[in-house]
Amino acid sequence: MPITINDTPHDLPDDPRVSLLDFLRSHAGLTGTKKGCDHGQCGACTVLVNGVRINSCLSLAVTHDGDEVTTIEGLGSPVSPSEMQMAFLRHDGFQCGYCTPGQICSATAMLKEIAAGWPSDATEDLEASPQLTGEEIRERMSGNLCRCGAYANIVAAIRDVAGESA
Amino acid sequence: MRPFDYQRAERLEHAAQLAAGEDTMALAGGTNLIDLMKLQVETPQTLVDIGRLSLGEIADDGEGLRIGALASNTATAAHPRVRSDYPVLARAILAGATQQLRNKATTGGNLCQRTRCYYFTNIDQPCNKREPGSGCGAIDGIAKLHAVLGTSPHCIATYPGDMAVALSALDATVEIAGDGHERSVPVREFHLLPGDTPERDNVLEPGEIITSVTLPAPVGGTHIYRKVRERSSYAFALCSVAAVIDMADNRFTRADLAFGGLAHKPWHDPRIADLLIGSEPSAALFDKAADLLLEDAQGYGENDFKIPLARRTLTAVLCEATGVEA
Repeated sequence: MPITINDTPHDLPDDPRVSLLDFLRSHAGLTGTKKGCDHGQCGACTVLVNGVRINSCLSLAVTHDGDEVTTIEGLGSPVSPSEMQMAFLRHDGFQCGYCTPGQICSATAMLKEIAAGWPSDATEDLEASPQLTGEEIRERMSGNLCRCGAYANIVAAIRDVAGESA
Repeated sequence: MRPFDYQRAERLEHAAQLAAGEDTMALAGGTNLIDLMKLQVETPQTLVDIGRLSLGEIADDGEGLRIGALASNTATAAHPRVRSDYPVLARAILAGATQQLRNKATTGGNLCQRTRCYYFTNIDQPCNKREPGSGCGAIDGIAKLHAVLGTSPHCIATYPGDMAVALSALDATVEIAGDGHERSVPVREFHLLPGDTPERDNVLEPGEIITSVTLPAPVGGTHIYRKVRERSSYAFALCSVAAVIDMADNRFTRADLAFGGLAHKPWHDPRIADLLIGSEPSAALFDKAADLLLEDAQGYGENDFKIPLARRTLTAVLCEATGVEA
């Protein structure tokens, strides 16, 4: 079975060493997803696989046959940006922009995770539904580094999309 | 990454047969293994992908809970019964890694993750775990993350995980399948001390695959996972304590404790429960518990701080559980 990326099917690579990240960038030509550390520490390569965010650098492309992958290109485009992309623009949630595709993929999935009631290390009551506090956002986004330090504006953008005042 | 032969296991029996092959490793979530393959620390000739096996279920097993080997760390931590009946496990999982990693990482893979010792992950350095007989760079080198309990002259690496520390406090059991056999191993006996064979992290034999982890019936009490690390998120434990504590008439009736970041395995010392159970909580008693825990502790320079840190972390946990002022 092929892998589906942003609703388009692609054949998987012959070489099993190819990471999902390299496959997206070099084989599928989707260079929005960025390679930062290539070791799962920075989050620049974050994409959604079957709706769930993962580090694409730590996954082999051949293991993803039949999976549906959404990259930053699948979330929105320059003419039709997603709500989260617009919020990052509005709040200046970046400086150099290199970590931004990963931040936006991560943030988009993170709001769904909170809505689904998944707890985090910042969740005080494990048996209650988690609330979208600043502490929750910072903990849940800790897998996405921004070396320009745009964190405050990233949190503001996420709160904006979630319908809370920044 | 070195070239390897990729095989997909369709059934458990098939996986065990394939995994028994020479120089073969099983791939589940891959968040540690693929990283180590990139670093050429792991160079398997054959990779058996077990990720599509039906081992992801989390289910009641009559008394306790059976967590499938391929249940993601996220699924386990978010499971209603884990959150209500085994909160120390949910807390421990959530204290580790990042959401992206927990979404991919599995129960079995988490147990089998390898040390983050800098000498182990750098193939230009000596390491008896990676290359038996090459020496240990950490003993006289950079050893901040390293063990203070149960070390050997060959290896002072730590087991890096959080989940297994909680599983040790909960006295969980690891269910294992091999080619034609099955066995159960208490999680407290699953990981090994380095001794003369630091290349062995745990009791798994070639071809054996973890199928699930079973938790005993819930015991109630106060569940705490306290992790001390160098930043407030996404860092390995310098020291952690998993605790399941219960009291009656101001005396301990249960004191199941396990420690992370201190040894080559989640550390469990049954003498601590023996000391605490039946006694009234007090700062003096907690000090005695720490004395027991640390009586054979040995620092290696950079990690000397872990000995007083472990004492303070244990004391803080016992104070939190009992309301005693430190």
